[in-house]
Amino acid sequence: MTDYNFAYLDEQTKRMIRRAILKALAIPGYQVPFASREMPMPYGWGTGGVQVTAATLTPGDRLKVIDQGADDTTNAVSIRKFFERTAQVATTTRTAEASVIQTRHRIPETPLTAEQVLVYQVPIPEPLRFLEPSEVETRKMHELSDYGLMHVKLYEDIARHGHIATAYAYPVLVADRYVMDPSPIPKFDNPKLSNCPAIQLFGAGREQRIYALPPHTKVVSLDFEDHPFEPSKADAACALCGDDASYLDEVITDDAGTRMFVCSDTDHCSARRDAGHCGEDAA
Amino acid sequence: MIEVENVGKSFTLHNQGGVSIPVLAGAALRVAPGECVALVGPSGAGKSTLMRMIHGNYLADGGHIVVGGVDVALADPRQIIALRRAVLGHVSQFLRVVPRVPTLEVVAEPLVTLGVAPEEARARARALLARINIPEALWPLSPTTFSGGEQQRVNIARGFVHDYPALLLDEPTASLDAGNREVVLSLILEAKARGAAIVGIFHDADARGRVCDREVDVGHFTPAAA
Amino acid sequence: MTPLLEVRAVTKTYGARIGCRDVDFTLWPGEVMGVVGESGSGKSTLLSCLSGQLAPDAGEVLFDTRAGGPRDILAMDEAGRRMLARTDWAFVHQNPRDGLRMGVSAGGNVGERLMAVGARHYGDIRARAADWLARVDITADRMDDRPGTFSGGMQQRLQIARNLVTGPRLVFMDEPTGGLDVSVQARLLDMLRGLVRQMGLSAVIVTHDLAVVRLLADRLMVMKGGHVVEAGLTDQVLDDPQHGYTQLLVSSVLQV
Repeated sequence: MTDYNFAYLDEQTKRMIRRAILKALAIPGYQVPFASREMPMPYGWGTGGVQVTAATLTPGDRLKVIDQGADDTTNAVSIRKFFERTAQVATTTRTAEASVIQTRHRIPETPLTAEQVLVYQVPIPEPLRFLEPSEVETRKMHELSDYGLMHVKLYEDIARHGHIATAYAYPVLVADRYVMDPSPIPKFDNPKLSNCPAIQLFGAGREQRIYALPPHTKVVSLDFEDHPFEPSKADAACALCGDDASYLDEVITDDAGTRMFVCSDTDHCSARRDAGHCGEDAA
Repeated sequence: MIEVENVGKSFTLHNQGGVSIPVLAGAALRVAPGECVALVGPSGAGKSTLMRMIHGNYLADGGHIVVGGVDVALADPRQIIALRRAVLGHVSQFLRVVPRVPTLEVVAEPLVTLGVAPEEARARARALLARINIPEALWPLSPTTFSGGEQQRVNIARGFVHDYPALLLDEPTASLDAGNREVVLSLILEAKARGAAIVGIFHDADARGRVCDREVDVGHFTPAAA
Repeated sequence: MTPLLEVRAVTKTYGARIGCRDVDFTLWPGEVMGVVGESGSGKSTLLSCLSGQLAPDAGEVLFDTRAGGPRDILAMDEAGRRMLARTDWAFVHQNPRDGLRMGVSAGGNVGERLMAVGARHYGDIRARAADWLARVDITADRMDDRPGTFSGGMQQRLQIARNLVTGPRLVFMDEPTGGLDVSVQARLLDMLRGLVRQMGLSAVIVTHDLAVVRLLADRLMVMKGGHVVEAGLTDQVLDDPQHGYTQLLVSSVLQV
């Protein structure tokens, strides 16, 4: 299949997206509108992330794609195959070996480096959306740093649940300026957003927005003085590799409700097992 | 304390062909501290009109109405508000209050507005209500449901709760029984004794005779027929 | 004493139609001013212009800011105006749904203004919200309920608490008792009067209800066709109206 332009998108489109990415990097946390294209996949499957990845890839890159931490789910596999076919780039499942990582809803456990670009798939880029339905008003609020409403959401959480129950897509303040939705990553991952050596790009295809965190940007999770932000995870260790510090998925194993916890980051888990670590259920 | 000089008043009814009804011309009046002056004259002569002009309730067409150094005929609304708050008390024949506010609060309000602590204001209101024989059981109720005589006494209590240097009394003893009439007359005499300048309208000639130092016949200010 | 609000020649037209024209007045601290007139007389347009929600075509609106003294709010930037709107001003809408966040609990509605000006201590925010809800007779057990579950009168009281929690100095009210039962109106009027007095508030109240202005307002401005036809002490304007329109207005009130 040589009929595709490199990385599927035509050069003019890539140029347009790269301009949006550069602008986004210049104004950390600001949502840059872009002319999102139709992609050969449905909205919600990462059309924004795929376009950002397509505009970012060079022939020498090595791509990794994860979906909720896993390299082997349908979404991850199909996007990886898409770029293998349309860009002929090398792919990998190893975080450390990848130069571009497209992710849905996780940040890899392995610390990222200055040589890497992390591309997030974003369903709803506007953190104020659920409280303020008007786009005109939310833009005005961003313009004026008028962010009291964001804390109203957290207040409602505490009033209703006794603690900040928002567990994913937890809002952050970027470089003391813009409030940003970090995409639906678990709040466990929020601390990794801050001061990260890698470039972090966020693409929302349906909503036609791109935003970014340049390397080493200060990112603060919003909270109250008396209810400080706490990254949380299941209080258990991975049943396969025994790690008690990584983010865990709960897996129901039978109809009786028996469950086990395993690392959500499959690469992290297999690397640990390869290195000889062992969880209690490891076969 | 109260000086009225060359004051005129006419009403123009714009919606009835712009007809103008002259009521007063060249009205003049002086009331010294400690003095009580009765406005007399036939019905329709303009007694209430003159009193309302002193209160700032009606606009004067010309002349001067000086109360405690403020010319009501020329003053800004806020000056009149300040005057009414501290200097010029008024007992009208009508009780206008927010519905459902307890009588005690209604009477204490002028003091609270002046900055008296609410507890002290209520204490003085209680003493006054007791003196004019409003049963204590009624104090927590709104006066809007009271009888005419009771409402009149609540009005009087409001007018006497603060020691205003100047007082306007419009029929303060109307619709009162003999006992309460005596109480009100003694309140007026006490106000005079402390130096209040009082202008009153009393249909009750006996009451007028007991509290008033002189009478001013408003009929003298009736404009010559045009 | 410095006037709290000085309005000079404010004019707003909608094409050929006049919203309000050449409106001048001065509001002093602690004063309550009523604006009456029939529908379309320009009173709501004026209120929007005064509160920075609508840009007039001409005129000045000087507000005595805490920090910088009198400033023309029309020349202020949006950020400054928003800050004023949530610190020194309050706006009570006729329909509480326009002034409340219906998807947010009562406590959150009151707390929003505090959070907007930087409060970041949940316990403090909640305590102050609870205090204000109590002051408008909303019991603590309703604090986490949404306004949609409240009666009309409660919603209006909640709106007032939400507005007054930051201790504003100037309150704009647009028909605050409109759409309420008379018995609920009376309670609200009494509460407003008490709050105005306790907090030393100044207020501009737009209404077509003359009984409301008689009880709440020190001064009155009568508007017709976008113009102020008469202004003065409230009881003087109502009892001795000078302008034909005011005379008509006063004589048109139904007596109970």
